[in-house]
Amino acid sequence: MSDTSESTGDAGADEGGDADAPADSDAAAVDAEEVRHVADLARVRLADDEVETFAAQFGDILEYFEALDEVPETDREEELVNVMRPDEVEEGLSQEEALSNAEETEDGYFVGPKVS
Amino acid sequence: MAVDHNAFITEETIEGDAEGGDADGPLAGTAVAVKDNISTEGIRTTCGSEMLADYVPPYSATVVDRLLDAGATIVGKTNMDEFGMGTTTETSAFGPTKNPVDPERVPGGSSGGSAAAVAAGEADVALGSDTGGSVRCPAAFCGVVGIKPTYGLVSRYGLIAYANSLEQIGPIAGTVEEAAAALDAIAGPDPRDGTTRDPSEVEGADPDASYAAAADGDVDGLTIGIPTELFEGADERVVETVEAAIADLEDQGAETAEISLPSVEHAVQAYYVIAMAEASSNLARFDGVRYGNRAESDGNWNESFAETREEGFGAEVKRRILLGTYALSAGYHDEYYEKAQDARAWVRRDFEEAFADVDVIASPTMPVLPFELGESLDDPLRMYLADANTTPANLANLPAISVPAGEADGLPVGLQLVGPKFDEETVIRAASAVEDAS
Repeated sequence: MSDTSESTGDAGADEGGDADAPADSDAAAVDAEEVRHVADLARVRLADDEVETFAAQFGDILEYFEALDEVPETDREEELVNVMRPDEVEEGLSQEEALSNAEETEDGYFVGPKVS
Repeated sequence: MAVDHNAFITEETIEGDAEGGDADGPLAGTAVAVKDNISTEGIRTTCGSEMLADYVPPYSATVVDRLLDAGATIVGKTNMDEFGMGTTTETSAFGPTKNPVDPERVPGGSSGGSAAAVAAGEADVALGSDTGGSVRCPAAFCGVVGIKPTYGLVSRYGLIAYANSLEQIGPIAGTVEEAAAALDAIAGPDPRDGTTRDPSEVEGADPDASYAAAADGDVDGLTIGIPTELFEGADERVVETVEAAIADLEDQGAETAEISLPSVEHAVQAYYVIAMAEASSNLARFDGVRYGNRAESDGNWNESFAETREEGFGAEVKRRILLGTYALSAGYHDEYYEKAQDARAWVRRDFEEAFADVDVIASPTMPVLPFELGESLDDPLRMYLADANTTPANLANLPAISVPAGEADGLPVGLQLVGPKFDEETVIRAASAVEDAS
């Protein structure tokens, strides 16, 4: 987003409070359409007024995140090791316990919504 | 109890003895409150969310089993910001918790119910979870002690995940020694959490550590690092109170050294990008099929999920899922997520270098005094910025404690001490000396 200088007004014009993002950085404007697109990817339905509020807030927050541009590329040497265990059958939840919080079940299965 | 602080979502007792615990155990007679994102078999565990309002776990978290084995009595499940996402406990679907010190103010968050329960005397000890300061912030705001352990010291099995790479369960109590004794009970490797470490296999860690015994107040010869970056920008009243507490430690024989941690200027940004990214993935499981509330929907699979998640999640949770999805999406991944990982590595390196010269690092826990209720709700960015001093320890996987430093304008101020990996004993020792002085 930092490479676009396109601003959609309210979100871009609204400087992020006392956020110490560079004042001259490109505005991280987010429009309603983008919010709807991301909400669709995340499978979260939003009301129209929520879309407007989020668009303005995301503009401020993403503009603040853009200060990450100043972070130097850093060597990420971490001592990470895989933690393995033998693949042995152990006691687990019973089928009844595993299904106990499901809204709808049938013959020992979860019942989900229709696919299409 | 004259005032109801709304510290608990569910008040129910689990006796240590009834679960095969030890009546003479180290926590016998101790009443422990447990944050409501930590699973308790047979007792609903809501995460402060409408989504899980009726969820009853079929198993308990490892930390719950360990508390009961140590003889503790669990007295209830505490209020919290929804899924741990907040700094005030106001994003809970069960209403805000009030700060027992001043009921007009927030208790901090996200483990606000846990800190309020301890501060109000409704529990001796409480467990919280700390992803970016969620144990230390409410401890500071309520005038009690909170410990965020080294990543990998305490099992997360049964903790409902928000941002796995950052979070640890930690104790809150009225004194450093009580919090340390609870840490003794819950710490240690767990085959059910592959990220826990066995201290005997960690270089420099003490496998026989007794955290309670470390609360001996002996800071003679200890070197305390003072990072300028974590004092700049903090409320003057907070800084004065913290500096006075550090001066008391000097009177007790500690030395101080100014240090610089330039990377921490980017800690809040890195923390939120990483936490939101992990949250967007972790919370994908809440689709209303296997658990959680499901919306009445005539739509297909995708529409039903979207409606379930619209109804079940509050605004802050939706905000973080969406921003996390955005930060991971094609075209933005390198700009946000990769840079945040660079910042995380930089923060880790800064602390490693600092610990070559100092034993612990001191700062205000929170740069501000407790907010008034409702003050920050409509301004998420302002709330995020309050996490400036707590998020670095999560990014660097380090142990940290918040201990009361005194009061400013009648409100509690917390002093934070951060130590090297698996050196909980040093931060506990230093914190107990802060207590001795006040």
